[in-house]
Amino acid sequence: MNNAAILVIDDEMQIRRLLEITLESNHFDTSSADSAKEGLRMAASHPPDLVILDLGLPDENGHIVLKKLREWYTKPVIILSAQSSEEDIVNALDNGANDYLVKPFRTGELLARIRSALRTSIAEDSEPVIDCGELQVDLAARTIKKNNETVKLTATEYKLLSLFARQEGKVLTHQYLLREVWGPGYINQSQYLRVFIAQLRKKIETDPNRPAYILTESGVGYRFIAKE
Amino acid sequence: MLRRHSKTSRSSQFLVSISLIIGVSAGCYIFSANFDYKVVAFILLLTVSLVAIVFDIIPVMVAALLSALIWNFFFIPPKFTFHIGSAEDAFLFLMYFIIALINAVLTNRIRRIEKQVLEKEEKAKTIKLYNTLLNSLSHELKTPIATIVAATDNLLDERSNLSGDNRKELTENISVASLRLNQQVENLLSMSRLESGFIQPKKDWCDINELVYTVINRLEQQLKNHTVHINMEEGLPLYKLDFGLMEQVLYNLVYNASIYTPEYADIFIAVKNNTEKLYRLDATAREHSEMKKEENYLLIIVEDRGPGFPEPVLEKVFDKFYRLSNSSGGTGLGLSIVKGFVEAHRGTIRLENVPHGARFTIDIPAETSYINNLKNE
Repeated sequence: MNNAAILVIDDEMQIRRLLEITLESNHFDTSSADSAKEGLRMAASHPPDLVILDLGLPDENGHIVLKKLREWYTKPVIILSAQSSEEDIVNALDNGANDYLVKPFRTGELLARIRSALRTSIAEDSEPVIDCGELQVDLAARTIKKNNETVKLTATEYKLLSLFARQEGKVLTHQYLLREVWGPGYINQSQYLRVFIAQLRKKIETDPNRPAYILTESGVGYRFIAKE
Repeated sequence: MLRRHSKTSRSSQFLVSISLIIGVSAGCYIFSANFDYKVVAFILLLTVSLVAIVFDIIPVMVAALLSALIWNFFFIPPKFTFHIGSAEDAFLFLMYFIIALINAVLTNRIRRIEKQVLEKEEKAKTIKLYNTLLNSLSHELKTPIATIVAATDNLLDERSNLSGDNRKELTENISVASLRLNQQVENLLSMSRLESGFIQPKKDWCDINELVYTVINRLEQQLKNHTVHINMEEGLPLYKLDFGLMEQVLYNLVYNASIYTPEYADIFIAVKNNTEKLYRLDATAREHSEMKKEENYLLIIVEDRGPGFPEPVLEKVFDKFYRLSNSSGGTGLGLSIVKGFVEAHRGTIRLENVPHGARFTIDIPAETSYINNLKNE
């Protein structure tokens, strides 16, 4: 997993240098571009394992760059943004970004997100059992175990949890979850999501009020973390 | 009063001034046997002056013109003609007309001057606010910047022989100072968004339990020396609120409670639902008949066990840039942001002192859903 190639697209020299130093000292092969045009060209000529994309580029809107990139690029894209506008973030996630970080971000957080995104992209539909320490999700046998005891889930709860488990570490937006679990007609029925998240937490979390697996991303969605 | 009237529409100003003149003239006409037509002129002049105090110049001019014509037609002999008999009466009519017009123009001018004075006062107030802002900002922003600049200078100086521990401490200082700087910038951004009326709550269904614990978990480090008691009412419904804004509201309140109370002081958070049933009053039966509508209120109480607030400033703490004289840190924006976000939800916030502490009470009207109490699939 080390020596994965990462392309940074950000017009701010300071941020670019900082990311280069951070990533190189953590054994990633790093290259960087200072504009949308340059970034798209570099991504096409040497496809990296992961792209870090700033939304506020001078020559083109980051959302459009993301869309162009997603026409052919399937590996993880992490969005950087100076604005913490929830709408902006949800938009980027719905346009295919894997994760987002709001400036200023902590280096530890950045590295964790990069590792998680790379791991998910490698592990895709290869492992049927997701092991999160006390919690085991077996996607093949459709069973959930907490502290080696089987947890009984309803069909909807299972659907929700398996969706989370398959995309461990990734932020899933409210709309995405509603569409995948309940269907396109339920996109605005977020009350169902709230209720089922609360029920699911009661069943799988040690302390449902301090969730360790299903984390709330305020105004955006939820993120499933497999603690080992 | 003046401002409200200047806002009433032109057409209603015309309507009111014309009907007032006609009404007063009609009254005078009924009693015209009792007094001289010259007295009527004064009564009409008085009416025009009163109209001039509250209305714009054009409706006032119309009133002046109309009253002059009415006075001429109905009161100056010979009556019911615009013809004026004596030279004295013609002179009187002319003077009446001029005085009415001067009246209108002068009152208008006075009002313009009044407005200028008001604007000047407003400007002075803004400047004062601006100065308070600059003072508090220069302190709040420059302290962390000074820390960062000095610490980096030290770290970069190759001749200095910093010990490993000192080096680490300086780096930690930079980290703390930058986070503090970021917090201040966030507050300023929120405030300017509030000021520009840019904040539109994006309402969606919220699990209040999730909301409260998200805030508590985010503040874990800050609250490690405090005990937080959370009391959620059983079977609370989902509420339609802006999760992000409400999270900030609670965050600021609990954060404040944690820094302005002594270590190990208790903090209480209580959440309740209030239902207000509005009935249509049946006038004949003299009793509440059918239910008109049911309004739900989310009630959040944050209470601490600290020194409380000095009585005279209870009202002021929500003001922009207001800081208690003995407090250190903070730009005085936290609580005004709280108030702004609560009001963006059409809610209210109250602060009161309770025995051994302070209590904030938030009351927000919101749509509710009891779907969580139903048995699901």
